[in-house]
Amino acid sequence: MDSTKKSSITESWRRFSRENELVYLFLRNRVAQLAAFIAIVSVGAAALANFIAPTNPYDIASIDIMDSLIPPAWSAEGESRFIIGTDDQGRDLFSAILYGTRLSLTVGLLSIGFASILGVTVGLMAGYFGGRFDAIVMRIADVQLSLPAILTALLIDGIARGILPQDKHDSLMIVVLTVAIGLSLWVNFARTVRASTFVERNKEYVQACQIMGMHPLRIMLVHILPNIMGPILVILTVDLAVAVLLEATLSFLGVGVPPNQPSLGTLIRIGTEYLFSGEWWIVIFPSGMLITMIISINILGDFLRDALNPRLR
Amino acid sequence: MLNFILRRLLQSVFVMLAVSLIAFSLFRFVGDPVAQMVGQETSIEDQENLRERLGLNDPLITQYGRFVGNLVQGEFGFSYRTRQPVSEMILNRMPATLELGLVSLLISLLVGIPAGIYTAIKRGGVLSNVLLISTLIGISVPTFVIGIFLIYLFGVELGWLPTFGRGQTVQIGWWQTSFLTWDGLKSLLLPAITLGIYQLTLTMRLVRAEMQDVLKTDFIKFATARGINYRSLYFNHAFRNTLVPVITIIGLQLGGIIAFSIVTESVFQWPGMGLLFLDSIRYVDIPVMSVYLVLIALMFVVINLFVDMLYFAIDPRVRLKSAHG
Amino acid sequence: MDTLLNISQLSVKFPTRFGEFTALDNIDLSVAAGEIHGLVGESGAGKSTVGAAIMGLLQSPGYIASGDINFMGEQLGSLSAEQYHAIRGQRISMIFQDPQTSLNPLLRVSEQLIETIRQHSDVSHAQARDRAISLLEETGIRDVEQRMDEYPHQFSGGMRQRVVIALALCSDPELIIADEPTTALDVSVQKQILALIRALCTTRNIGIILITHDIGVINEITDRVTVLRSGRVIESGPTAQVLGNPSDEYTKALMAAVPRLDKRLDRFRNIVSDDILTKENTSWVVEGASSKLASDWLLQDHQFDTQEPDDNRQSILSVTDLAVTFYSGQPGWFKRDPGFKAISDINFTMRSGQVLGVVGESGSGKSTLAKAVVGLVDPSHGEMIFKSAVLPPGSRRARTHPARRQIQMVFQDPYSSLNNRQKVEDIIAEPIRFYKMASDNKKIRQLVASVLELVEMPQSAMLKYPHQFSGGQRQRIAVARALVARPEFLICDEPTSALDVSIQAQILNLLKDLQQTFGLSILFISHNLAVIRQISDSVLVLRNGALVESAQTEQFFSAPKHEYSQMLLRETPSLAMLQKQL
Repeated sequence: MDSTKKSSITESWRRFSRENELVYLFLRNRVAQLAAFIAIVSVGAAALANFIAPTNPYDIASIDIMDSLIPPAWSAEGESRFIIGTDDQGRDLFSAILYGTRLSLTVGLLSIGFASILGVTVGLMAGYFGGRFDAIVMRIADVQLSLPAILTALLIDGIARGILPQDKHDSLMIVVLTVAIGLSLWVNFARTVRASTFVERNKEYVQACQIMGMHPLRIMLVHILPNIMGPILVILTVDLAVAVLLEATLSFLGVGVPPNQPSLGTLIRIGTEYLFSGEWWIVIFPSGMLITMIISINILGDFLRDALNPRLR
Repeated sequence: MLNFILRRLLQSVFVMLAVSLIAFSLFRFVGDPVAQMVGQETSIEDQENLRERLGLNDPLITQYGRFVGNLVQGEFGFSYRTRQPVSEMILNRMPATLELGLVSLLISLLVGIPAGIYTAIKRGGVLSNVLLISTLIGISVPTFVIGIFLIYLFGVELGWLPTFGRGQTVQIGWWQTSFLTWDGLKSLLLPAITLGIYQLTLTMRLVRAEMQDVLKTDFIKFATARGINYRSLYFNHAFRNTLVPVITIIGLQLGGIIAFSIVTESVFQWPGMGLLFLDSIRYVDIPVMSVYLVLIALMFVVINLFVDMLYFAIDPRVRLKSAHG
Repeated sequence: MDTLLNISQLSVKFPTRFGEFTALDNIDLSVAAGEIHGLVGESGAGKSTVGAAIMGLLQSPGYIASGDINFMGEQLGSLSAEQYHAIRGQRISMIFQDPQTSLNPLLRVSEQLIETIRQHSDVSHAQARDRAISLLEETGIRDVEQRMDEYPHQFSGGMRQRVVIALALCSDPELIIADEPTTALDVSVQKQILALIRALCTTRNIGIILITHDIGVINEITDRVTVLRSGRVIESGPTAQVLGNPSDEYTKALMAAVPRLDKRLDRFRNIVSDDILTKENTSWVVEGASSKLASDWLLQDHQFDTQEPDDNRQSILSVTDLAVTFYSGQPGWFKRDPGFKAISDINFTMRSGQVLGVVGESGSGKSTLAKAVVGLVDPSHGEMIFKSAVLPPGSRRARTHPARRQIQMVFQDPYSSLNNRQKVEDIIAEPIRFYKMASDNKKIRQLVASVLELVEMPQSAMLKYPHQFSGGQRQRIAVARALVARPEFLICDEPTSALDVSIQAQILNLLKDLQQTFGLSILFISHNLAVIRQISDSVLVLRNGALVESAQTEQFFSAPKHEYSQMLLRETPSLAMLQKQL
């Protein structure tokens, strides 16, 4: 395998990609590549919604009720202004979907961030120290598990409604939603991290650190955490899909984001009301967007799970 | 064994106490119970009397004790919204949810387990791949979208099945059942499928993963080397060894079914507990919310206790360990 | 003798992303009825692949690229999948390595036997049960009627392996492939299982292929032996001839690397060179780094006098009435957990600069002793004196306690003792930084490279991650990490038991050299008496947590006092017999 200097970069990349399990498998998995592409495009489009979207669906002044329920541009009554039609209030559906995706992803990412920080911290400590702390934390996790995610989220939302006055509630809705979804998902992180930490902590490299008298915090962060990134990454991906799904579900149930800032779930709920009278586009396009996004995240999650878990191959 | 069950029971009691504490805090601290119960025009004095009568001025621990005592006796208080006894409201709605949950659980197990075993054994087969791709769709498409799609296809386009409500039901004592009329069964089908698909997918993926793990163990290799026939190898040897984790997760899934029944019930206007809960959240009907919470936790705890006992039937190692202490 | 199995020119290949890997390369092998044919080789030699190929159970995507497997006149390669499955168990059977995992935990022993018997012959349940009883009796299980309805976990390791053998015998097979059948067992049990295999082979006239890495086992029971290396046959013939008078260099080197129970060698000679080590890039060096620098640095604060006679040296570690009790994980709320006594009443004194060997079977508490000294577990009773100061138990030993640096440990499993996410450079630099023994980055880098050279690794190793190295190389890195802390006391917990014999010999040589150069005191734990003999000055024998015997090494091996020690020495498979022939 001798190589000239010219090709040494491509050669070393080739060697890297062959020796690095994850990169190697990714380069040979068209489906995962497509999923990654879609995920990146979705995130990109959502992040740049302000620039891409032809109209601002949150700006009530720009919406004309006369434009309501216009079908997609390619059908007979369609207008070129609205590529995929408008909803019942005359919002451009394309713009609404972009902004809705942004909202869905924001809530999803924030709540996953919240859940992972909480879950990883608790899981690391419980797995490393064991004993009473572990017992108590895991009992709490049991209680939490006895209340499925959607129930927890609904409950927290219900409490927020009870405590906060109506007007405040709407403006704080995103925060409430993030906390609600985050609190219902932290257990997944905590349990996985705890189990992995427990395995790592009994490995000899950790014992070597303990013998040296290293501070537990340093052992956990510098030594154990990098070794359990695999499972964390998998949960992160899988639970991002769950979080987006949860947000959509809550919005569909009408307890999610406020109606003047529609997320994908809200759009689908509105669309359902018009589905049976023939205005199919309002429900189809947001659903399509939501499903495509979640499927691609789930494909990536599956890919990571298989790639990082050699026992399944 | 007795020792083990007693310990689990104790843990369950702990879980229930924790949940009832949450429920109590909900009831006591979210909004003012008295303000919710009486109208605007009631005088401060009357409100104070009511407060005294309800014991809201007692020490919190006494109030909590009374709250738990009432729960145990099945006295759940009155709804803020309808002024009816909560127990009556929930009892009315319970059969609908339980029947829906039961049918979708059956769907998810009867389809999910065989499909999981099949995909684990026939790795890379065409049908396996088709099944695997459909599970991806199953976990990715939100329940409500599936429901809407089914309604549109079978209810609106084809007109075969009813799209909302329970249809005709038969009353047996206080239990209203859909199982005994054709119309009721037809109405049950779409919601049950909608609710079951997600759980079905989870079951299938789990059974597949566990089967694949077991098929790699030494004892399966040894059994293969002894020429044990494949049917016994797969079912008697391999599948039996997946049962402990599978049952654990199915126990957890039951909770999921109850929770997602909220969504399904909302899509199909199914008059169950989920719809009741959703309404109580919209109208901040705290008594209904807290009782629902306690009931769900109770169901979950009972199921898990049952699951723990199933371990004894399945795994001799658990039996022996508990016999020794 | 009639030939049962004849393998000719068999090649097995495994396609991988790095190209096709040849696991077996034109292997010839033949086995006759009533004979035990040993397959010996180090890891990666392909010995287990031979067994899998015969059984038709090659792991996907491996395949037979060429060659024939002829079993009693039948070409196994040309059989359909169903025909093959019918032969499995019926005529060719297999015994696996680990009796803990090779029995189905959820089925009673009787159920597993009866199912296998009825799979292969058309008999009633009652008849099958009778067969099962006689099989279990034949394999030496007592109270069969009563025990056969128990579950596998209720049997001890040795008993389980007997059940496994009974299962393999269910259909009167003509050929049995035994893949490392005694590796997971203690020596005392190993001897019995080997005797059982020998007896079955003779009385039933079965052909047996015995796959093992242990030359002692080969010498003990095989009639013929084939030596494999990297998928090729190195040498084959009658056992006494191949082992007694090896013709190939590799076989000679392999024999030389086997530690002898009967004599102590200063160094292992004639060692197989570590392929990967020599292929390594040795031109990459850190400026100013050399093994001289490392040894100077390591010695700079030491004032060891290696010349002083043993008796005058001061005691470095002395242990009085040490006991460790483990309590089950769940904190008991209702009743007091009596706990499990891992070790109790341990007393010994170690002199500075000495190697103390601790030997014992699994569950003897030898690792627990090590953990108590380094502070990973707390003693429940007793006292440890290290360098004439009381050594506090782990949980009360300050993080800055000097013993934390002075006592270092080398672990058993080189695959778990190094953090896979750190570069070798960072792994070795960590103790230097942690104990603040040097702060200048350039200096640290130089030291890391030098220490690597000291443990006979190329300096460029510091740029890589642990997973890029073999077990033996990882163990060298682990030794380097322990060394840079400038310890006075090193605990080695089975440091070679996960390694091949040739690598074991290298690591033992390395440890001996380092011990002599730096005057280290070493607590060396092993289950292998022969290894203990090679390295230690005195010996402790542990059994079920109690100290059985303590003696000077030479005295111990020539005249062990305790009955248990005598039994251990007797049962350890050795090359002693061979020695007479040489």
